Amino acid sequence: MDLYSLLRQLADSWGLLALFIFFLGVWVWAFRPGSRPLHDEAADVIFRHDDGPLEDDATNTNTRSEGQS
Amino acid sequence: MWEWTKVAAFGVITLIAALAASWARDLAFQVHAVIIMLVSAGMFIWSVRQLDEEPAPQPTGYADSVIRYGVIATAFWGLAGFLVGVIIAFQLAFPALNFEFLQGFGNFGRLRPLHTSAVIFAFGGNALICTSFYIVQRTSAARLWGGNLGWFVFWGYNLFIVLAATGYLMGSTQSKEYAEPEWYVDIWLTIVWVAYLAVFVGTILKRKEPHIYVANWFFLAFIITIAMLHIVNNLSLPVSLLGSKSVQVFSGVQDAMTQWWYGHNAVGFFLTAGFLGMMYYFVPKQAEKPVFSYKLSIIHFWALIFLYIWAGPHHLHYTALPDWASTLGMVFSIVLWMPSWGGMINGLMTLSGAWDKIRTDPIIRMMVISLGFYGMSTFEGPMMSIRAVNSLSHYTDWTIGHVHSGALGWNGMITFSALYFLTPRLWGRASLYSLRMVNWHFWLATIGIILYAASMWVTGIMEGLMWREVDAQGFLVNSFADTVQAKFPMLVVRGLGGVLYLGGALIMCYNLWMTAFGKQQTAAVADDSAIPAE
Repeated sequence: MDLYSLLRQLADSWGLLALFIFFLGVWVWAFRPGSRPLHDEAADVIFRHDDGPLEDDATNTNTRSEGQS
Repeated sequence: MWEWTKVAAFGVITLIAALAASWARDLAFQVHAVIIMLVSAGMFIWSVRQLDEEPAPQPTGYADSVIRYGVIATAFWGLAGFLVGVIIAFQLAFPALNFEFLQGFGNFGRLRPLHTSAVIFAFGGNALICTSFYIVQRTSAARLWGGNLGWFVFWGYNLFIVLAATGYLMGSTQSKEYAEPEWYVDIWLTIVWVAYLAVFVGTILKRKEPHIYVANWFFLAFIITIAMLHIVNNLSLPVSLLGSKSVQVFSGVQDAMTQWWYGHNAVGFFLTAGFLGMMYYFVPKQAEKPVFSYKLSIIHFWALIFLYIWAGPHHLHYTALPDWASTLGMVFSIVLWMPSWGGMINGLMTLSGAWDKIRTDPIIRMMVISLGFYGMSTFEGPMMSIRAVNSLSHYTDWTIGHVHSGALGWNGMITFSALYFLTPRLWGRASLYSLRMVNWHFWLATIGIILYAASMWVTGIMEGLMWREVDAQGFLVNSFADTVQAKFPMLVVRGLGGVLYLGGALIMCYNLWMTAFGKQQTAAVADDSAIPAE
């Protein structure tokens, strides 16, 4: 079978099925029981680290961002 | 050792560029070789002067200097792109503006790709790079990875833009829409893009938060997909290593399909996924509320990237492309409506419980209208991809109107609101110089878009109907020139809409400049903060 026909057949059979199942899996994963607190936590991340990165040594002293130019 | 390697590398590049400039086979290649020679010579001198410097202490905190440069570059390229857009809009209305002495450099055909690339890649690209650097650091609680690599990405990308823009004016183009730059500029962009990916992924890998925030998912999809699209669509063989001309590897309908697979995903991943990354950070931040539904954002992300990649063939209805392929593109375009509106609803509903902010905060208002235009153009797009509708709309100015309601409305407005958000924070100001000016900008831009989109709907549909009108004997009623004549008033209105949009952007640049570099007026700003809605 030439490459075109092979890819064409794959695209509308197993390939399609695999992608579709993956996509359904995303729904199941997003709505899995117990995910709500994790998602609330993740949605809140934008409000946590405005001032500076967390340092490795965990001294809790967030360094300010670079000096103003 | 590394310092000396850099000096040697810049010296060698300068030398090679000088040789290439003298042996160049065409003007565009020669000018580009001179540009590279000058840049590289400058870098050579700069790195020699750095040799004796004490190594600076390891910087800490967020790497924000490169983002400040990105904000300035975004504003600058925005103005440049809008200005060229206004010029070519009036060139279409008044062909005499294609001046004789500018033929071959400043006529419509040369300026048009300059406009599209300036707004999409220069304005939009710089906005994406600087906002993604800002967002990935703050949502990962980590400094940008790679030290000075972020600077390489910024300057390298802007060098790409200068090469592309000057090339268009001299006719260096491979005639692929939104992928015009020739082979050596493409290679340079590939190098810069890989560095961009490395900086972005590197920062995510050293994150201190367990979860990768959804905005970063969209940015990552944007960076990876653009890399793939760019490489495949630019597979070409240079005619000479000392000339700008190259020949595409694909030909015929394969080339057309590759081009529009690229072209539509440039819309889908550059202008949509990347800007959705901005939306998912800046809208919740400005509203001071987390995003409406994090679950919806996950579904939104996967649905959008699964569907967009297939939509390209709708650009090739009624061509040599097989019917099954264009039907496939059409079906996926229509299904795409759902994730698009899911994202719009997620953004808008983030404001639920804070709707009063639309009245009191002009930046929120700008974000809301941007989401509104996103929803409108992602409804219009699937409709236009239907084969029957496309037979009327294709090749008419309706398409131009559609593109601009998305680009001016969605991309432009969300970028403006991001710039308004970033500037006070990056320069350590308490607030913007003037919220009243933001309000002026909002209304000028909104009215400008409405004039633009409405005139293009009218003229596009009129044009499409005139082209297909036949008399009782089956002969075409109108010649092409008849449609051109009938379009004149709408073309003028379109140009005026562009003038309003450009005027709003000028006000924004003044406002941002005064915020960053002017005397602070915090007290006056506080009084402005509750402007009644018009």
